[in-house]
Amino acid sequence: METCMSIVVGILFAIGTYLILSKNILRIILGISIIGHGVNLLLLTMGGLKKGGPPLLGLKETTFVDSLPQALLLTAIVINFATTALFLVLSYRANKVLGTDDVEQLRGYGNE
Amino acid sequence: MNNLLVLPIAVPVIVGMVMVIFRNILWLHRLLSLLTTAFIGIVAVCLMDQIKLTGVQALYLGGWKAPFGITLAADMFAVLLVLVTAIVTFCCLCYAFSSLGMEREKYYFYPLTLFLLAGVNGSFLTGDIFNLFVCFEVMLVASYVLISLGGTKIQLRESVKYILINMITSSLFLVAIAYLYAMLGTLNLAHLSVRVAAAGQDGLLTAVSFLFLIVFSIKAGLFLFFWLPDSYSAPPTAIAAIFASLLTKVGVYAIIRMFSLVFYHDLSVTHLFIGILAAVSMVLGAMGAVAYWDLKKILTYNVVVGVGFILAGFASFSLVGMRGTVYYLIHDMIVKALLFLLGGTIIHLTSTTKIKEMSGLIRLHPQLGWMFFVAALSLSGIPPLSGFIGKIFITKGTFQSEYFWLGSIGLLTSLMVLYSVMKIFMNAFWGPALTEETEKVTTDGLLLPIAILTALTIALGLGAEVIHEYVDIAAAGLLDSQGYIDAVLGGKL
Repeated sequence: METCMSIVVGILFAIGTYLILSKNILRIILGISIIGHGVNLLLLTMGGLKKGGPPLLGLKETTFVDSLPQALLLTAIVINFATTALFLVLSYRANKVLGTDDVEQLRGYGNE
Repeated sequence: MNNLLVLPIAVPVIVGMVMVIFRNILWLHRLLSLLTTAFIGIVAVCLMDQIKLTGVQALYLGGWKAPFGITLAADMFAVLLVLVTAIVTFCCLCYAFSSLGMEREKYYFYPLTLFLLAGVNGSFLTGDIFNLFVCFEVMLVASYVLISLGGTKIQLRESVKYILINMITSSLFLVAIAYLYAMLGTLNLAHLSVRVAAAGQDGLLTAVSFLFLIVFSIKAGLFLFFWLPDSYSAPPTAIAAIFASLLTKVGVYAIIRMFSLVFYHDLSVTHLFIGILAAVSMVLGAMGAVAYWDLKKILTYNVVVGVGFILAGFASFSLVGMRGTVYYLIHDMIVKALLFLLGGTIIHLTSTTKIKEMSGLIRLHPQLGWMFFVAALSLSGIPPLSGFIGKIFITKGTFQSEYFWLGSIGLLTSLMVLYSVMKIFMNAFWGPALTEETEKVTTDGLLLPIAILTALTIALGLGAEVIHEYVDIAAAGLLDSQGYIDAVLGGKL
């Protein structure tokens, strides 16, 4: 299961990297967001995808899942969500003011 | 348990939220932000005293013992940085009062600065690697907004790149944390240190440590500083000064913390590599500073040189070198803020960033000129000023560890740094005055924070003995992390 997940994470990273390398800013943001998902999956996988009961006292399970990666995941998702939203808003504004969504034209030096 | 530890993080967040509610009362914003930074400074001084008496302080948030809950841990190094952060932010806020302009001030500049401060302090004080990530994000989100605050063309253009770089880096940071957790099963820094020491730092762990090094290098502008000069010249002076003196230093702090507490078993690989990166960034930064004739560019490239020099001392991993690192880090935070404020004032007076178009400022603004001169000397480490002591310790440390090339590159680049700032001084202040009539633009209110920082850099040089004791404790604590581990884990495990 872990191997399968690792491959999925790899594919997500590949797609994300490909998108980040494109010129359109919207594609770049989508790429970052996909890499973010890859990272989240990786965090979950790295904690071990064991079969076990919920980590609560009083249950009659003998094995428990590690709950820490899930807590990390939750935090990471929230942060990723917030920064992506901010980035989207900012790039919209940049598009309005600068009149382009092509990163080649965001180089600077020319339009100062 | 020491509840003082949470104050530098919690107070700015709470005060910032209160300020957001009272958006239109600017005097309240100004007063509260100054009071908050002053308060954090006082807390830091109290903490320094306690650490001197009883060693490293720890606080278990929510009462969950380490390594299960989130721990805050303050050693002397972290608290010194918290203190300097508070002082620098105080001065930059003072500068913002009379330079930033109503619009930016009204649109939450002060709350955002306080949120940034909370993130920076959190990164310094946390004892948990994931919490470090969260504090980094708090700091970065605030900086994303600050860098684009005002929405001018150049700011929007640079902020898009800045956010892009930092979001990718944050993803890599999480990847590194995931690998570390998979290998060691813990995220508490002290606990990580114990586990790495017990299991030995094998090749796999060293590889993960390099992932961390890449992440923090991008944040600190060590070697991977390609994004830094453009981003840091975009925002207004007060904001750029806060960025230059604080944000890169958080990355530097993270490198020092990780590679002195956790990954210190393979010095000949990791620390040598840090040394090489430091040398390269010193050379490249100094070349940039020498080559450009644009004031902002020269100053931002000097940030890179500073980062390289700090980590050159750290790479030597000797007591003297560490002492120099701590000392130079403190000096660098102060003097970088000072230089950026001075540069901003010069640009404000001449309304150009090209130093060839400036001339004769010293006739109308003698105080500004002499303070710039002092700052320039201090930056390049001329004896009575604060840069000297850090520089001599770092050079000694690198020589002691037989990194002769590193020490000599450090000294050589100091000369180039001196040339680059003297270039500004001679072009901007000497020569005939361009305007004979008394100028319309004033420096009212801008000189006070600059004067405070100048006085501080002189005092740090002349009165080095006062803080020497604290720097010593910090340096010793970095080399021997047993005190930190005992304080956090309470002697168990």
